[in-house]
Amino acid sequence: MNVSLRWLASLLGTDLDPIETRDRLLMLGAGVEGMEPLHHDLAGVVIGQVLEVRRHPNADRLSLCEVNAGAEIKHVVCGATNVVAGKKYPFAPVGTTLPGGVTLERRKIRGEVSEGMLCSERELGLGEDGDGILELETAAAPGTRLLDALPLADTRFVLEITPNRPDLLSHEGVARDLGAVLQQPVKLPPIPGAPAGVPRAARAASAGETAGVRVVIEDAVGCPRYTAAVIRGVKVRPSPAWLQDRLRAIGARPINNVVDATNYLLFENGQPLHAFDLAKLRGPAIVVRRAGRGETIVTLDGQSRQLTPETTVIADAERATAIAGVMGGAESEVAVETTDILLECAYFDPARTRLTRRTLGLSTEASYRFERGVDHDATPLRLLRAAELIVAVAGGRVDGVPVDVHPAPIPPTTIFVRDARIAHVLGVEIPRVDVERVLTALGCVVGPKDDRLAVQVPAWRPDLTREIDVIEEIARVVGYDRFPDDLRLFRPGTVPDAPSERLADRLRRVLVGLGLHEAITSSLGPRLDEREPMVLNPLSQEEAYLRADLLPGLVRRVEYNWRQMQRNVRLFEIGHVFHKKECSLPDEEIRVAAVVTGARRPPHWSEPEPPDYDLFDVKALLEAAARVVRPGAALAGEGSELVMRDAAGVVVGRGLEPTADRPAWAARVFGFELSVEMGEAPRLRAAPLPRSPAVERDVALVLPETMAAADVEATLRAGAGRLLERTWPFDEYRGAPLASGARSVAWRLVFREEGRTLREAEVDEALARALKEVEQRHGVRRREA
Amino acid sequence: MSSASADPVAALAALRAEAEARIRSAVGREALQQLKTEYLGRKAGRVTAVLKTLPSLDPEARRVVGQAANDAKAAIERLLEEADAARVALEGGTAGRDLTMPARYAWRGAIHPVTLVIDEICAIFAELGFSRYVGPEAETERNNFTALNFPPEHPALDMHDTFYLGEGKLLRTHTSPLQIRVMETYQPPIRVTMPGMCYRRDAFDASHAPVFSQVEALAVDEGITFVDLKASLSYFARRFFGRETRVRFRPSFFPFTEPSADMEVECRICHGSGCPACKNTGWMEILGSGMVDPNVFVNVGIDPEKYTGWAFGMGPHRMALLRYGIPDIRMLYDADVRLHDQFVDAV
Repeated sequence: MNVSLRWLASLLGTDLDPIETRDRLLMLGAGVEGMEPLHHDLAGVVIGQVLEVRRHPNADRLSLCEVNAGAEIKHVVCGATNVVAGKKYPFAPVGTTLPGGVTLERRKIRGEVSEGMLCSERELGLGEDGDGILELETAAAPGTRLLDALPLADTRFVLEITPNRPDLLSHEGVARDLGAVLQQPVKLPPIPGAPAGVPRAARAASAGETAGVRVVIEDAVGCPRYTAAVIRGVKVRPSPAWLQDRLRAIGARPINNVVDATNYLLFENGQPLHAFDLAKLRGPAIVVRRAGRGETIVTLDGQSRQLTPETTVIADAERATAIAGVMGGAESEVAVETTDILLECAYFDPARTRLTRRTLGLSTEASYRFERGVDHDATPLRLLRAAELIVAVAGGRVDGVPVDVHPAPIPPTTIFVRDARIAHVLGVEIPRVDVERVLTALGCVVGPKDDRLAVQVPAWRPDLTREIDVIEEIARVVGYDRFPDDLRLFRPGTVPDAPSERLADRLRRVLVGLGLHEAITSSLGPRLDEREPMVLNPLSQEEAYLRADLLPGLVRRVEYNWRQMQRNVRLFEIGHVFHKKECSLPDEEIRVAAVVTGARRPPHWSEPEPPDYDLFDVKALLEAAARVVRPGAALAGEGSELVMRDAAGVVVGRGLEPTADRPAWAARVFGFELSVEMGEAPRLRAAPLPRSPAVERDVALVLPETMAAADVEATLRAGAGRLLERTWPFDEYRGAPLASGARSVAWRLVFREEGRTLREAEVDEALARALKEVEQRHGVRRREA
Repeated sequence: MSSASADPVAALAALRAEAEARIRSAVGREALQQLKTEYLGRKAGRVTAVLKTLPSLDPEARRVVGQAANDAKAAIERLLEEADAARVALEGGTAGRDLTMPARYAWRGAIHPVTLVIDEICAIFAELGFSRYVGPEAETERNNFTALNFPPEHPALDMHDTFYLGEGKLLRTHTSPLQIRVMETYQPPIRVTMPGMCYRRDAFDASHAPVFSQVEALAVDEGITFVDLKASLSYFARRFFGRETRVRFRPSFFPFTEPSADMEVECRICHGSGCPACKNTGWMEILGSGMVDPNVFVNVGIDPEKYTGWAFGMGPHRMALLRYGIPDIRMLYDADVRLHDQFVDAV
């Protein structure tokens, strides 16, 4: 909401410094999103009194003026037709920079020197009128700065008000909060030219009457209170300058005196008002009721809207003529020819207003405030002030006694606050006198009740319903900066670290150590298959589904890097994936995935170009990740993929070459994905180091291409028996003299027995056993030397 | 018929060129040894094989081919010796090497800037006895809103533009539903930090992402007060931003805390003098916090008369932008290796 500093100052009856006020508002909880000086660019403009007007000798439309600018008489060429000797106008002497950015120079116009300019409203940025120069009604002496003579200089704050504080959606509310700190009460300024003796509204239970208009509440839930006044004989025309200035200061556009008056009060005290053209109300009557099924209305914005019984409307004797708390109807809109109006000041139910606003997709200044809750106590007083203001600026008179239809008055809220509880929450004892001072300044009525404080809350604070709400008010107004911030001892908590967090941390370190960059990608994407849960209200179809796997997102990131001409990309991600599940939350699982493409190690000047990554690199990455999060899982090749299964045989991970949109210069991309198991890793026990020497043997076996080396190795191990400490393939060879379809795989076997040195013969014997097993089982022989 | 067998001299020249290339790129003693065997081995060396054919050639051819073969053998021997000397120099010492040449690295990986921030936040709170707790990103409306004291049909809901999954399910708009989960699972005293991804219906732009991280913290015990909240968060700010960092607390509003406070630190860019980044206030909002609302305690079955607590939530994505001077939040989702390469030392 936009707030004018000058307006606040007038409510507090004191001057306010812009910076100090901004900081006070911030520390009271109002977010100050912007602070804009208004009209400070008019500092060079002074009051000029025209002493003499002559015709320009060389131009029919120009005149020559002698202008008293205080210190001296200036010679000015003026193009305005409304310049009159003796009157005062804003005068910009040579050297002044006007709001448009133009700096005035001394120059000749058709042969006559001009030492400055008499200015129009538009040239000063004060309004739209650029037809003539601005005539000033001021007693200020010529030469006085315009900003000192007129109440123009101001500061506009843009406030962000939290949804719990509807009272701050008005200058009165903001001033009240400031006043609580400044110890300065808020007083509404008198309305210039207000009529005397306008009667206060007379209460009626559910139906009443004012000046011959029947006012009925049929829907007391949607509208607990409705007050109305009839004003006859208004003249719709532009508002007086003071009213227009106020509205412009907060960035609102003046329209006409009736509309401006209701807008002014909206921003003064937060009460939305509505004026109907009485001549257009059938009956004449006001009926506040639920809309009928299929009922329609054309609203002020010219749109035809379909209504439902969930919506409260203001109807005349026949049909809906306004949507309660949201927007008026076009039909009964106040227009230039309007003479009699019915002025509405009501309290509409917050929840109902919100529902209507959402159903219609129509948010207005009025609905914004009713949704959050306006003051239901002040309704008749605000009607009175509105009636006075309209008569003051638009003429006419209040006809009869205004009516206040109020079926069930809402009793004030009283909250009991314990001194001990204040200290219990805030950690500091606040003296009772301070508590009372703060609450009173906020408009509460306080008094002791037993050992507690009874706090009666004003109706403009619907957010205060509980003891804790009052405690917050005390802390807020006392000032958060007044509380100490010393650390105290604490008891340790009962919640252990989440195992998945520990695993993710270790996993991250392992994969970073292997040269991969961690990525965080969006978990929203397009539909890829049946498993993905759908978002009902996505931003686009490209982000309409929750991912079921991590790899596709990482491959998109590789493609992105290719577009940046990066050939070497190594990424991993640890994140949640989602699988659709009927009638419950989606199945959610933590996964790790990685992609690698390009050179296997950084190129170095001492070596030829390193080879590119292949599936065996991914196998290493997958195994390294699995050792952290899936101890005991087994990896096997199936087709062209690596498949990892847990002890129960369930697939928990895969390594593969995913499809990617690959430019010609890029290398192939390989990746893996593995589900992160929450279990704790088995405890690591260090084996004793061997003290006996080892005996090594190498054997090369000729295997058909279709035979898995791992199967042969298992047989070798079994055949060699307990003396074999470990074995691994260290070479693979294809080509002559081997037949095509065959390959040679060479294993190194390390034999050892703890406590003694093996004899060559025992080792040869074990090896022979192993080779015999392999031949019997797989038909595989040693390669001929 | 290939030209190689047609012209043994040309074949020798090709062999010599091939050997030279392979020797220059060979690394290590074993590789050089293997090459020596392959070309010059007495039994099966490829140059040796040519020499073995000499007796079967006529005298003129024997002279020409013999000369070429011996030249090739000598050249390969010389190259092998040079390469071996270079290897010895490289492996055995620094004599004769230019140490200003670049070092030999393995690839280096980097932890994501957002993870760095999350880990640092959690580590600082670990000093104050906080453990780490996590939970699902798809949540119930009850955990995300109702149990956190958001009244149904209340404007406070407008602060969270929500992705819905249907049937009362949604993507959590903040990590605060973890408060509900942890309090329904464990008894006080509770001290936890709760990192995780959250979702709001904001289009991607320089400062907004529909998917983003938060870190939540919750402390619940007997006798916890607003002073503890201020103390813990001030301690955090000084540890995270530096000992001299000025901190201030401003009233705020969250349905699930009361009193609520935004913590601000002196602007990291202008250090308090005012700049566009801090809207000329000299302060930057870092996190939202407050004392746990009694209604939240009631909703999870904890007695609000006995226990009090405080909580905060902050955005590591935003903090990462601030801390590392990254101008656009989208860069944190691109996985551009040129960005992440800059973080290899930040482990």
